[in-house]
Amino acid sequence: MANVAGKIFRIVGPVVELEEVSSLRMLDMVEVGDEHLVGEVVRLKEDRAYVQVYEDTTSIKAGDPVYSEGYPLYVELGPGLIGGIYDGIQRPLEVIQEKEGIFVKRGVHISALNKQKKWHFIPLKNENDLLSPGEIIGEVQETSIVKHRILAESGIKGKIKWIVKEGNYSLNEKIAVIASKEGEKDIFMYHRWPVRKPRPYLEREMVTEPLITGQRVVDTLFPVAKGGCVAVPGGFGTGKTVVQHQLAKWSDADIVIFVGCGERGNEMTDVLINFTKLLDPHTNKPLSERTIFIANTSNMPVAAREASIYTGITLAEYYRDMGYNVALMADSTSRWAEALRELSGRLEEMPLEEGFPAYLPSRLAEFYERAGKVKTLNNQDGSVTIIASISPPGGDFSEPVTSHTKRFVRCFWALDKDLAYSRHYPSISWLDSYSEYLNDIKNWWHKNIDESWLSLRYEIMELLQKEQHLLQVVKLVGPDVLPQSQRLILEICNIFKNTFLQQNAFDKVDAYSSARKQFLMLKIILHFYHKSEELVKNGFAVIELRDIPIYNEIVRMKLAYTENDLEKLAELPQEIDKALAEY
Amino acid sequence: MKEYNLREYLGLEEIVGPVFIIRNIHNVGYNELVEIVDKEGKARIGTIIEAGKGFAVVEVLGGTSGLSLKNCAIRFKEKPFMVGVSEDILGRVFDGLGNPLDNMPKPLFEEYVDVNGSAINPTARDYPKNIIETGISAIDVMTTLVRGQKLPLFSGSGIPHDLLATQIARQAHVKGESFCVMFVAMGVKYDTAKFFIKSFEESGVFDRVAIFLSLADSPSIERLLTPKLALSCAEYLAFKKNMHVLVIMTDMSNYCEALRELSTIRGEIPARKGYPGYLYSDLAGLYERAGMIKGIKGSITQIPILTMPNDDITHPIPDLTGYITEGQVVLERELNGRGIYPPIACLPSLSRLMKDNIGPGLTREDHPGLSSQLFACYAKVKDIRALASIIGEEELSPLDNLYLKFGDAFEKKFLTQGTNENRSLEQSLDLGWEVISILPKDELIRIREEIIIKYYKKNKGQ
Repeated sequence: MANVAGKIFRIVGPVVELEEVSSLRMLDMVEVGDEHLVGEVVRLKEDRAYVQVYEDTTSIKAGDPVYSEGYPLYVELGPGLIGGIYDGIQRPLEVIQEKEGIFVKRGVHISALNKQKKWHFIPLKNENDLLSPGEIIGEVQETSIVKHRILAESGIKGKIKWIVKEGNYSLNEKIAVIASKEGEKDIFMYHRWPVRKPRPYLEREMVTEPLITGQRVVDTLFPVAKGGCVAVPGGFGTGKTVVQHQLAKWSDADIVIFVGCGERGNEMTDVLINFTKLLDPHTNKPLSERTIFIANTSNMPVAAREASIYTGITLAEYYRDMGYNVALMADSTSRWAEALRELSGRLEEMPLEEGFPAYLPSRLAEFYERAGKVKTLNNQDGSVTIIASISPPGGDFSEPVTSHTKRFVRCFWALDKDLAYSRHYPSISWLDSYSEYLNDIKNWWHKNIDESWLSLRYEIMELLQKEQHLLQVVKLVGPDVLPQSQRLILEICNIFKNTFLQQNAFDKVDAYSSARKQFLMLKIILHFYHKSEELVKNGFAVIELRDIPIYNEIVRMKLAYTENDLEKLAELPQEIDKALAEY
Repeated sequence: MKEYNLREYLGLEEIVGPVFIIRNIHNVGYNELVEIVDKEGKARIGTIIEAGKGFAVVEVLGGTSGLSLKNCAIRFKEKPFMVGVSEDILGRVFDGLGNPLDNMPKPLFEEYVDVNGSAINPTARDYPKNIIETGISAIDVMTTLVRGQKLPLFSGSGIPHDLLATQIARQAHVKGESFCVMFVAMGVKYDTAKFFIKSFEESGVFDRVAIFLSLADSPSIERLLTPKLALSCAEYLAFKKNMHVLVIMTDMSNYCEALRELSTIRGEIPARKGYPGYLYSDLAGLYERAGMIKGIKGSITQIPILTMPNDDITHPIPDLTGYITEGQVVLERELNGRGIYPPIACLPSLSRLMKDNIGPGLTREDHPGLSSQLFACYAKVKDIRALASIIGEEELSPLDNLYLKFGDAFEKKFLTQGTNENRSLEQSLDLGWEVISILPKDELIRIREEIIIKYYKKNKGQ
């Protein structure tokens, strides 16, 4: 049981100052007052300690006791996480609703994992086997698509003295006993891990594989690697959340952790309702069978918002250690940074630009560095990909959170207000966005799809750049003065923008495009460009291209050809040849 | 037992603006209620914004004018600010602290609740559905308001948002279910307040409206409490009494100013333009109290109204509001200047929840296509007008001239309506067809063919 670790001296919002502190360490978790509100030690000074409290501090009084278990803020890791809906400090919101009603009350202490539920455990180790941290002890089928590997927690090293037979066990029952130098230790199917400490791995590996998201502008133009980081900044109304939702739905990660950090309650409800209904295109099971939700809406306590990002990344690392590719969606990191700012202000720290604390960049770096592809302790490949949205005030990308984040991510999808305003979605700007993963993942495309992928991708980017310059000219003098070859570039870019870049998230066929379809579409558009370029050289007017029936076929190929019709789509270049040969 | 435990202290240490510091006290909780009795025996209330060992910092909601360090008595209530709620508040007028302003006794309260409310558990929320008709074409057709939504009006000084607000409050209704309006006015002038009350009285909807008035000359601190009072009442009516509650809050800019004022007095580190770093969280604490709950019939819908300082949509107040709310209705100075009422700028306005709540079985089958088409065509009108201002209208193609005609009709017929004109959704949609039928059928690419046949012809004949 927790011991009294100090007394409250002062309360300012979510920050509580303690006195008569004896044994507290930095980042220890404490329980404040008689209601046992959860908090974390953020500063120590002589016999004083500052605690940030993850719940509303109304009616907390000076002199109230503070308890501590001498353990840092942790999450519980074990079967039962998938499909769960947690708040920022991993309290199960569904259970809280059953017990407390429609509002989130404070001082609720409910274990994150259901300890009574029986899981079918299959041991993969035998008695007398040696066990070291991170090794797989056994397996549990957590959902119909996720096999949960029970990992030995850190600090466990020794010989298995006893292990249960295959059968149904709850998390409360021990499944093995380890004999080590320090004596015997009971092993359960779950363990705790402090959220602010990255989980260990054998070694970091280079990223090689793209995260296929089914979003054409992303996969083809600005791909992110499995194990990479991407930032998605955009002002309000630019469709950040839709991009996040699309990626959570369609990306080919094994596990998705969705962190709603300080965003709208109704949006979270949308996700929760939708993800239980929608089927994962890769497995045909509900998306919630591979997703963990962390919901800390904007009106929930601000300190828990600060913790929610760490809770999310720790869960992601845990599944990575089982050998899975995990994608973490964080919407939005600006709210997290603002929580840092608010807490920093309450601690009376020296502010820097826009009031953010000086350690903002280092916190961002710490967070993004927890993404990556690794060789796990049990010698498998696993990865954590971070897709973080940013809500820059006034849509200004020069503000501190966006500019610092840019230093730590290698992929950047800038959402453009003008595109969103003209209802071009996803409104990822092809001029301001970039991806440094192209060379890391090109071999995957070349091996699995086509050798010409990277060169085609560069070709279309070049055309888009040219179009940008041409459009400036057009703005001044009108399109009529341009030579036909340049008008063709405008025409092709227009086709590319309308058919390829624009993608309707709410259309059944259009919502997801496989890598193969994306490549074919890109190839067809460029093929059409080359062929019509020859025509135009011979005096054909660009405006008449639209009257050729094949033009229409190209424009509507994204909807007309489903994933089952790709063979037919692959024949389109020949048809273009045939059709244009007549002119 | 706690009721007998009221302790009274005499004497303060320091008063700064609306805040005072008191020492040699004990057992005082953060954010709890304080009663301050001055020399004349008049009581005002305050809340504890910092509690410490033997001291507390209190902000006085009634303002500190007239208080001195020696002559006032302080009582600590040992509970947070509670507000009484009941159905009897409808048809009544209250001040910013919940005291009746209409010379009638306090209503009989059925419950007392903490004004700060609690966060709705995200798993308990239901996704907003079914619309609220406001009787205003531009809102009902183009940016449909959905029950449980929060849809702000972004306005500017000198634009008649107050007029529009009262019109919405008078006309808004949901079909066949009990409906009421909480009208919150923060920092409004006396004549505006009078106008609000009169307009509700005259239109005969007074018995379903509760008005909370924090006048411009009352202490600014009071405004921080007013919307919370109204929202607490709304939560009671919606989630306990199954009513559909529309909360209209004007003017949120005044609320934010008060927050900034208090933050400065507290000596906090400012973030942008002097506003405190927690402005987002604070606003979210208000706006997120809108919504629907699974298994409960009632709903809370919010229309916060704010004047954008200098018409700047990137100013922290509209910016942060836009990040929390589900869309926005923007009022435009140019339209207002041309005498068009309501001056709703359709292009930057957006209702994020609209797409799931309109169409066959929900409103009318032609609604989604028509609104999208009106949007697209009106956007084109703006482009053509820009072009016409360079090359002159004579140089435009006949089609472009039709577009200009459509644009004028859209603004003068569809957008414009009387301040007492309550249009049903059917009327508004028909009106939409009337103006869009100025354009040839081929231009209506966003509407399905069969819908065009059904509705386009009908109106062409009229």
